[in-house]
Amino acid sequence: MSDVFNLFLRAMFVENMPVTLFLGLCTFLALSRRPETAVGLGIAVIGAMGFTVPLNQLIYSAVLAPGALAWAGFPEIDLSYLSLIAFIGVIAAAVQLTEMVIDRYFPRTYAAFGVFLPLLTVNCAILAGSLFVVERKYGFVESVAFGFGSGAGFALAVVTLSAIRSRLAYADLPDGLRGLGIAFFLAGMMSLGFSSFAQMAAQ
Amino acid sequence: MAAGGKYWVTLTEPLIRKNPVTLQILGLCSALAVTTAVDTALTMSVSLTVVLVLSAGIVSAIRRMIPDTIRLIVQIMIVASLVIVIDQVLQAYFYDISRRLSVFVSLITTNCLVLGRTESFARNNRPLPSMIDALGNGLGYSLILIVIGAVRELFGTGKLMGAQVLQTVDHGGWFTPFSLMLLAPSAFFLLGGLVWAIRSIRPDQAEAQEFVPPHAEEVRR
Repeated sequence: MSDVFNLFLRAMFVENMPVTLFLGLCTFLALSRRPETAVGLGIAVIGAMGFTVPLNQLIYSAVLAPGALAWAGFPEIDLSYLSLIAFIGVIAAAVQLTEMVIDRYFPRTYAAFGVFLPLLTVNCAILAGSLFVVERKYGFVESVAFGFGSGAGFALAVVTLSAIRSRLAYADLPDGLRGLGIAFFLAGMMSLGFSSFAQMAAQ
Repeated sequence: MAAGGKYWVTLTEPLIRKNPVTLQILGLCSALAVTTAVDTALTMSVSLTVVLVLSAGIVSAIRRMIPDTIRLIVQIMIVASLVIVIDQVLQAYFYDISRRLSVFVSLITTNCLVLGRTESFARNNRPLPSMIDALGNGLGYSLILIVIGAVRELFGTGKLMGAQVLQTVDHGGWFTPFSLMLLAPSAFFLLGGLVWAIRSIRPDQAEAQEFVPPHAEEVRR
């Protein structure tokens, strides 16, 4: 149990998706101008990663991994080269499905953060979560912890950055640095800060 | 040659003036993650440019056949298939680099640059201009990657393309490597500095101020 919790903390702080692994940066920088949008995006990412990462792990171990089709009588087949297209298909379908369900039954929620849902398909952090699970050979329980941990780490980073940026709206910056430039410097400083978490989770 | 001139503009505009990385905020993830050395940056640039050009050509060629509602999924599937091909080629011929790039080659699929260009340009234009536009954007992206990769490799290890340029202290030279250059924060600082430099040279790219302070007389009143 402590292993799983450790993995969760590790995914959230030590291997934080945007600031230490550079994943999902496009949405991280483009949608962090206001804290309200950042919170919506964070919730959407946690949901998407917590759902698609374990689902992709199941698909990989049951169908795509080398020798995984032994239960169907084809022990020599290796479909692992198809994993990328299967994963992105699952993510795109899950996002589309969530969007339709929310639109139909929770119109108010849809108005608040439905606009972020299509963006999740092209968020590299979500696809990378599934790919890391395969590369590091995580089991199902581990992949649940990893998915939620990475999602929470992304949410934490994006909300923090947006809080700093909304304050900086009143700062007197050099013209060329305003907007994107200063956001990079802030992300760099956050990355320095997050590197101090490196000792937190056991290796 | 009016048409040729237009293609030239489409090709060169994304290099600095409309650079995909520093102005359009596209394709950042890989731009920062693979730039610890020049050779990985170069491999990544070539792979991305190939995928970008081919996917722009294919999407543009079948643009009238794709129903609007499922176009994102169709585009992603085209891109994913091309990425699988590139990934297999890299694993077959450049196994070392492919190991070091880890998942980042696969992540070209979700690189916003590819979808951004197919969505905004290739969907509405004929194949030839789309592919030229894709090539220009690919080169603009490569330019940033190689500049950052060169700076990080040179100051982080004293090497360039794996060849020792600055003699390090360990080997009897004078140069002490900045190990910070190989860590995550330096990539952010370098790209931030690069954006600042480009926008100082071209002030038209600077973003408008969100909050304009009132004049001193108004405050006193």
